[in-house]
Amino acid sequence: MKFIAKHYKAACLLSFPLFLAACGSDDVREVIVEVPVEVEVPAEIPAPVDVSYQVTVTNLTNGQPVSPPAVVLHTNGYLWELGGVASVELERIAEVGDSESFLTLGNVSAGGSGPILPGDQQTISVSIEDVTDAKLTIAAMLGNTNDAFTGISAWDLSQLDVGEGYTTVAGAYDSGTEANTETAESVPGPAAGGEGFNPTRDDTGFISMHPGVVSVDDGLSSSALTNQEKFDNPVVRIHIMRTE
Amino acid sequence: MKRIKTLSAAALFAVTTGQSLAADITVEIQNLSHGLYFTPIAALVHSPDASLFEVGETASTELQMMAEGGSLDGITSIATATSADMITNPAGGLLAPTMSASADIMTTDGNTELSVVAMILPSNDGFIGLDNWEIPTEAGTYSVYINAYDAGTEANDELRGSGAPGMAGMPVPPPLDPLLGTGGSGVAAADANPTVHIHRGNIGDDSLTDGASDVSNSVHRWLNPVAKVTVTVR
Repeated sequence: MKFIAKHYKAACLLSFPLFLAACGSDDVREVIVEVPVEVEVPAEIPAPVDVSYQVTVTNLTNGQPVSPPAVVLHTNGYLWELGGVASVELERIAEVGDSESFLTLGNVSAGGSGPILPGDQQTISVSIEDVTDAKLTIAAMLGNTNDAFTGISAWDLSQLDVGEGYTTVAGAYDSGTEANTETAESVPGPAAGGEGFNPTRDDTGFISMHPGVVSVDDGLSSSALTNQEKFDNPVVRIHIMRTE
Repeated sequence: MKRIKTLSAAALFAVTTGQSLAADITVEIQNLSHGLYFTPIAALVHSPDASLFEVGETASTELQMMAEGGSLDGITSIATATSADMITNPAGGLLAPTMSASADIMTTDGNTELSVVAMILPSNDGFIGLDNWEIPTEAGTYSVYINAYDAGTEANDELRGSGAPGMAGMPVPPPLDPLLGTGGSGVAAADANPTVHIHRGNIGDDSLTDGASDVSNSVHRWLNPVAKVTVTVR
């Protein structure tokens, strides 16, 4: 009897692996995985760093007041571009010198304190947090024209380190939104005192270089302008200084 | 490492031949003006000893054909004779204000300078000119702003007339026809400077039926620069 029992045990042991293989899919197993407990320590948020620029605009013309310049920092694209269609915001600058809506474009902006008269200059400060590769766009009207403006478009600031400056000059552009009639009714500047912004577009439709004003002295009999308002390129000097 | 190898090869070549290698470039020309059209544009990539025009020198007959009538026949002959690589008429006709035209070109060994010309309309013999601009060898995009020149070969009478060399007046193709006046008495006699010089600009007048000029003074004047040439070197 004892002998038989021994053999039985051996048979059971031998068959065990086969049983497992056959019944594996029905096997229910509990697996305990130890989860490490981490205590999260919030990373220190660095204080925002101001990146600041001083933009100085000098009026180089004989008789064209430059409207308060719009200085805008943005991160991509163009706010105006030669060959492009002027936005309504640019049209408001080019036709009447009103930069309010243009200043809402981009990331941060600053407007001039008043018109810059011939020979005068004005410095405008603008700051942006933590961005050192912003694009700089400037636009300002030549007041004694229908729709002439000057400025720079999407100038790359990434190469300018603190304490460094850059000087350039800019020509006169035509927003292409108002025909260059030079009449007393259509030129808003002090030489004429006419209408400012008009949403009707009656010119080429594209931003181009400005052909200059003709004036009554140079053969445009309906012009309210004289030789005093004529200009040639460049019309402004722009100095950009990164201060911090 | 590859760049170093390329540079070494270029240096070796320069030492042995004194010439630069062929380059793969794109030339784009933009009309910056408010109211001018450019006739078919010629962009030549040529050797440093060739030249389409020189300020202060009398224009060649070939340049005169281009400046007075917009014909590129003479310029094409110069390109062939000097083994220049040439882009002809990338705009497929007139280039309107603020529009651009571009073309790719593979330059030949030794052709290192870029020149660009096209007649300005309306004008008697005005043209946009880029004169022997050395193409950089380093890959990148380069912009050059160019001015309006006067070929010095025809009086700037600013009247409708002929585009044939030596014949008075301005050629007036269709897009300009409705924009110009008639019946002008003529602005100017022969240029004081008969050599190539910076154009003094159109005078124009404010009458479509009489006055001195058939050109409009509030539409067809300009201030420099009048064109932008953008070269991409690959």
